[in-house]
Amino acid sequence: MRARSEQLITAIVSGARSRRSRFREERITMAHGAGGKASQSLIEGLLLPALADEQLERLADAGTIELAGRLAALTSDSFVVKPISFPGGSIGTLAVNGTVNDLAVSGARPLAMTLSLILEEGLEASVLGEEIEAVARAARHAGVRVIAGDTKVVERGQADRMYICTSGLGLVDERCRASPSALQAGDLIAVSGPVGAHGTAVMLAREQFALEGDIESDTCSLWPAVDALLESAGGELHGMRDATRGGLASVLNELARASGVGVLVRERDVPVLEPVAGACELLGIDPMYVANEGVLAAFIAPAAAERALGALRSVPGCEQAALIGEVTAAEPGMVLVETSFGGRRVMDLLAGDPLPRIC
Amino acid sequence: MKLVSEFRDAELGRALRHEILALIEPDREYRLMEICGGHTHTIYRYGIDELLPEQVRLIHGPGCPVCVLPMGRVDDAVALACEQDVIFTCFGDMLRVPGSDGSLLDARARGADVRVVYSPLDALALARRTPERQIVFLAIGFETTAPSTALTLLRARAEGITNLSCMCSHVLIEPPLRALLDSPEMTIDGFIGPGHVASVIGADAFAFIPREYGRGIVVSGFEPLDVLQSIQMLLAQLAQGRCEAEIQYSRAVSREGNRRAHDAMEEVFQVRESFEWRGLGEIPLSGLAISEAYAELDAERRWSVPGRRVADPVECQCGEVLRGVLRPWECRVFGTACTPERPIGTCMVSPEGACAAYYSFGRYRRGEVQA
Repeated sequence: MRARSEQLITAIVSGARSRRSRFREERITMAHGAGGKASQSLIEGLLLPALADEQLERLADAGTIELAGRLAALTSDSFVVKPISFPGGSIGTLAVNGTVNDLAVSGARPLAMTLSLILEEGLEASVLGEEIEAVARAARHAGVRVIAGDTKVVERGQADRMYICTSGLGLVDERCRASPSALQAGDLIAVSGPVGAHGTAVMLAREQFALEGDIESDTCSLWPAVDALLESAGGELHGMRDATRGGLASVLNELARASGVGVLVRERDVPVLEPVAGACELLGIDPMYVANEGVLAAFIAPAAAERALGALRSVPGCEQAALIGEVTAAEPGMVLVETSFGGRRVMDLLAGDPLPRIC
Repeated sequence: MKLVSEFRDAELGRALRHEILALIEPDREYRLMEICGGHTHTIYRYGIDELLPEQVRLIHGPGCPVCVLPMGRVDDAVALACEQDVIFTCFGDMLRVPGSDGSLLDARARGADVRVVYSPLDALALARRTPERQIVFLAIGFETTAPSTALTLLRARAEGITNLSCMCSHVLIEPPLRALLDSPEMTIDGFIGPGHVASVIGADAFAFIPREYGRGIVVSGFEPLDVLQSIQMLLAQLAQGRCEAEIQYSRAVSREGNRRAHDAMEEVFQVRESFEWRGLGEIPLSGLAISEAYAELDAERRWSVPGRRVADPVECQCGEVLRGVLRPWECRVFGTACTPERPIGTCMVSPEGACAAYYSFGRYRRGEVQA
């Protein structure tokens, strides 16, 4: 009797969760930018209804549009990270890699991008110079051209040093069949490397916690990883997404919801670097929710999964890629974790914002 | 990390599970209450409830410091946050707790300067750095966090810092436990005791539970093996007809507690005649205020706060959840009107709250999902 009514409640709650979120806030709070449930309600409840476009409705990392018989992918991103430089990267590197990665996980080879700068009055010219150098270096490394840009300056105090807005253009690879809604029960889930390094590195760089650690951001272009996955798995690669804001947990939730499937993750198989795990433990944060800037999750049909994992591991920077779980038919829209202790629990979207302005 | 991972060993967990199974009488139900929200979090975070036989029912107690704050208290905090020149500081958990006219997060979106700190010492450092502003620290928590508030205020006085003050909402653990044990609804067979509180006040402070109420208690650590072992120790007490205050968390807890922490609290705080608890109502001698000797560091004396008593929303059943009468999902608004992103009750806010822990970690149809 008890078990049945608990099941009834969970069914009601699952029903409520699967419906499109409404937006009922009076003001924007930091939670709306955190990539969790509040962001979801802002996007689904305010932005999508007003803009009403079927490409936008897919909630993919990039929209696609047919141009002269080829499928082009277009994406847009903005960067407000604080502080602007941190071990392993800076706002300039993030701006390029973040843009390129949105294209890459949409199956598109990055071609070109734009760069808009919003600068605070008083910003040191040397800092700006370094960041533009960082953009140039990252763009060369990722094989993408910066072909247009814009510059605005605002009064002191109206922005925090510098913000960067970009758009990115790429051509969808003909080998790619992946989409956020194409996950199938039985698919195995791969991550391209250890999770949680970027967010932890930025957090420690803020020197807010009296903690020090030898942790570098993972920011990098994911196109080589995507290329390897497409080459090894082709149409058997059903979905992929880079695990940025909200971390791996949020990405798994987004795709489970978009595809109407369940996800089961084995906590002990998810790679986390020891210093990252230690810092997160001390701060009471789960690394699964910490932002990455160079890690993707891929959903691959079981027959191709081992092959794809091998290909992924041969890509420099992805040596620690791992299979971490599977897509299930039970509990659509829900992500469950088998804990390292042997129990099981839900891994939901976050309601609040543990770490604002991480990218 | 080595230190921590040893207490999460799945192999040892399975061994303990077998010991627990051996202690269970098949036809009996065991109702064990974990007093502390930290334990509630561990139980759901590691899926411990799933490892236990069905007869062992874990009941979530009133030991989540955020959950027990009444709405009127949140309104007082919002009022202080909106005072001119104030930088209001608190732990992150408090930001989303709903008052009768919004939360501290809403106050921040309307222009109040509300900042998250990780320790009262962060508020003190902010006061040093920003002498032109008034820094208010919202102090919450049981005897666990009260010593750090006390030491911060002692240091502020020693340094002659005048722009720091404290809105003291610290509470004591014994009065609500007595209220629970005295209640006619009381059906608990044993208690998992709060390890962090006990590290300050000592395990002997819980000896009244076996002595006066005939229920056992095991003071527990916060890793999954700690909690499982404490459950095993409680079941052993029941199986052997013993009833004691035992310590599982011996690496941190003594019988006597921490004298220095106790002295600092004595100096800085005085016990309130009465304090309102969410769901439990007014409980005499259950809250701490800033003592007369430190009156100039008391935010409630520096500014006037509304101090109104605000009834909980009618649909909210946090009270029954906090008393262990209802399980989280038995509340009539659980997961529908009340969710972590739009909480009605406090239990849905803090990750240590029973409802939030169950919503975030425990809410799936057990048995239907097989790995």
